[in-house]
Amino acid sequence: MTKWKSIVAATALVLASGTAAFAARTDLVLGMVLEPPHLDPTAGAAAAIDEIVYSNVFEGLTKIGPTGEVAPGLAESWTISDDGKEYTFKLRPGVKFHDGTEFNADDVKYSLERAIAPDTVNAQKALFAQIDAVQVVDPTTVKVTLKQPQGAFLYNLGWGDAVIVGEESAAGNKEKPIGTGPFRFENWARGSSVTLTKSPDYWGEPVALEKAQFRFIPDAAAAVPALLSGDVQAFPNAPVGDALEQIKGDSRLKVVIGSTEGETILSMNNQKAPFDNKLVRQAISYALNREDIIAGASNGLGTPIGSHFAPHNPAYVDLVGTYSHDLEKAKALLAEAGASNLNVTLKMPPPPYARQGGEIIAAELSQIGINVELIPVEWAQWLDQVFKNKDFDLTIISHVEPNDIDIYSRPDYYIGYQNPEFNKLIEELNVTSDQAKRNELYGQAQKMLSEDAPVGFLFQLPKIGVWDAKLEGLWENTPTPANDLSKVRWTE
Amino acid sequence: MAVGLASGRPFLMIAYILKRLLIGAATLLLASAVVFAVMEVLPGDPAQVMLGMSATPEATANLREQMGLDQPLMWRYISWVGGLLVGDFGRSYTYSAPVSSLIAERLVVSLPLALMSLVLSTVIAIPVGIFSAARRGRLPDSIAMGTAQLGVAIPNFWFALLLIYVFAVGLQLVPSGGFPGWGGGIWNGLKSLILPSVALALPQAAILARVTRSALLDVLGEDYIRTARAKGLPRGRVLRRHALRNAMIPVLTILGLQFAFLLAGTIIIENVFYLPGLGRLVFQSITQRDLIVVEGVVMLLVASVIIVNVLVDLAYALVDPRLREAA
Repeated sequence: MTKWKSIVAATALVLASGTAAFAARTDLVLGMVLEPPHLDPTAGAAAAIDEIVYSNVFEGLTKIGPTGEVAPGLAESWTISDDGKEYTFKLRPGVKFHDGTEFNADDVKYSLERAIAPDTVNAQKALFAQIDAVQVVDPTTVKVTLKQPQGAFLYNLGWGDAVIVGEESAAGNKEKPIGTGPFRFENWARGSSVTLTKSPDYWGEPVALEKAQFRFIPDAAAAVPALLSGDVQAFPNAPVGDALEQIKGDSRLKVVIGSTEGETILSMNNQKAPFDNKLVRQAISYALNREDIIAGASNGLGTPIGSHFAPHNPAYVDLVGTYSHDLEKAKALLAEAGASNLNVTLKMPPPPYARQGGEIIAAELSQIGINVELIPVEWAQWLDQVFKNKDFDLTIISHVEPNDIDIYSRPDYYIGYQNPEFNKLIEELNVTSDQAKRNELYGQAQKMLSEDAPVGFLFQLPKIGVWDAKLEGLWENTPTPANDLSKVRWTE
Repeated sequence: MAVGLASGRPFLMIAYILKRLLIGAATLLLASAVVFAVMEVLPGDPAQVMLGMSATPEATANLREQMGLDQPLMWRYISWVGGLLVGDFGRSYTYSAPVSSLIAERLVVSLPLALMSLVLSTVIAIPVGIFSAARRGRLPDSIAMGTAQLGVAIPNFWFALLLIYVFAVGLQLVPSGGFPGWGGGIWNGLKSLILPSVALALPQAAILARVTRSALLDVLGEDYIRTARAKGLPRGRVLRRHALRNAMIPVLTILGLQFAFLLAGTIIIENVFYLPGLGRLVFQSITQRDLIVVEGVVMLLVASVIIVNVLVDLAYALVDPRLREAA
């Protein structure tokens, strides 16, 4: 009997230790192409900042979720006055910053006022432009008064640029970010990685991961072996290029193709001849063969677009057919515009979609008699020459900010499209908070842009995510730049 | 120095060293002006790059002011050089950290990497060169020199990828890239530098082996070698004692030049292995227009190349007594 007992006990012990050995992993290494310049999302536009800290280290009053929906964040609920100008936020009680200080209404007031201050370096100042005053009602209640109703205000508060920071720690956030999120900043080995660890006193649902490291791998050729060797277990935006097929064939890895907010367009300088002529712009739009461009510039994974709007957005109107590939029509329009023997330049920033897309577009435009000179430029040159000084004819670029159709109404924007009718639509959108009405206005704006063809609308940039097949909870799409790890876990 | 004293001409030796140092300092000053001017004509506004496409002009202007970029050009040059003289490299625009600490963080990766490659290439190349020279024209020589030819021809980034696929992805012996830091144990740090240093060392070793061989062959054709053989010295002794020593001058010259190439080579290799070294810092800073970091690192590289050249000049004097006398 005793012998049996000891055998059973031994077996149990072996089984127990076996289970322990197979307990789910709690660490994760994620790959990223670009290293952020610093880690303060309220002081820089680099998506790489948000891709590390958004919803992990920092949280806003509202949170943009995996499908782009607005969910409660540090504000558990809110009420909006009838005139749409007063937002009263009820804050979550008992929330602490990672340095141990209490989070309360004063931090909200401080963060928002810092963002609207005249000397702010917040890259998205426009998000907060309508804020008139922020008032602390009590420690868990904040009232925000707007100059005029703003339909997208709750959504705007969900951006990474609108996260709540602590007054005591704000100055140091670039180097050592201190927020309220489920992960706290551990260390930043510059040039190498940023490490986050689980925050023990997080207010929300505890996260499964104990430790997450974001490793910076700038070279596409290095990203693939890093994944194949298991050194990196997830690459949410994997620069794998032609190696995609090889990775798809590896059963240990999962390839997830999602959508982004990146409308990839052939921008034209609307202030400059011949692109100041709508007929020429339409002719170019007819000459583009989106299918070929998508195949060549995005591994065939992009979704064609006909206006400046993401296909996964509820307000999306399918306008892809407006300029179906038609060379005869394109030539006729060019003749009507009296434009012949056109010699233009196309400036290509570094991303593969631009460099590869540029070659294809140059070939397509030559078929209607437009000679395109391709000029590859660095990112800094692009920003300086094209974006700032508007010294360009054509360029290819992905506009990755969410819901950014309003860029066409901005005065002095690099595209140079000016249409008072369109501006009126955007103004109306700004003051409308009724969702059905907003969708209708968005629809009208999309149609107007499609008709005027200020740019050639190409495709929605795909998101190619590669991660370990045993990993779950990572976002499939990119409604806002983020790698939200709060729901990520190993399944075995 | 001791060498100079022993030869009985201390003042000439000291004057020689001083002259070399003065030339070095002048070169540095000239380099600082060139580096600064080149960075200034580079198109691209650091503030714009940092804030990106969606930034408003006001935000960009605010940032320019914060970074001190609104100051006049000459003033910025003078204050930069003045800072360098007292060891202040300025603050990085993007990292907002002192450039000197960024460089220090990166040196702990790049310096061991460069030294490992240098040692590795020397340890491989010199024996191979001697071996080949001793068997001149025979099959082993042809095989060794054929392999060296291949080593010169293979681009090191391609060789690096090959190494990664064999040793990291296939055999899983070493990490595919990255650097865990020296905090996690010396062995872990060294492990992640093995493949990069091999990838860097191979082409260098190939060149060095060829130079060693041809230098030795030149010397072996000299009359005094025949004399040494004729008086009955064994082959090995002639090779070591008489030939090798005299063949070291060209080898040292190449080694000195290779050090500069090694520093440049790390830019590519550090990107392939995503190592947080100086090369990557420069590469990243150029694309982000973090000009002050680029300027600081380039000055450091210029300084180290100048120092290595001075050291090589002094080493000549060590291996060749005639140069000692001439000094």
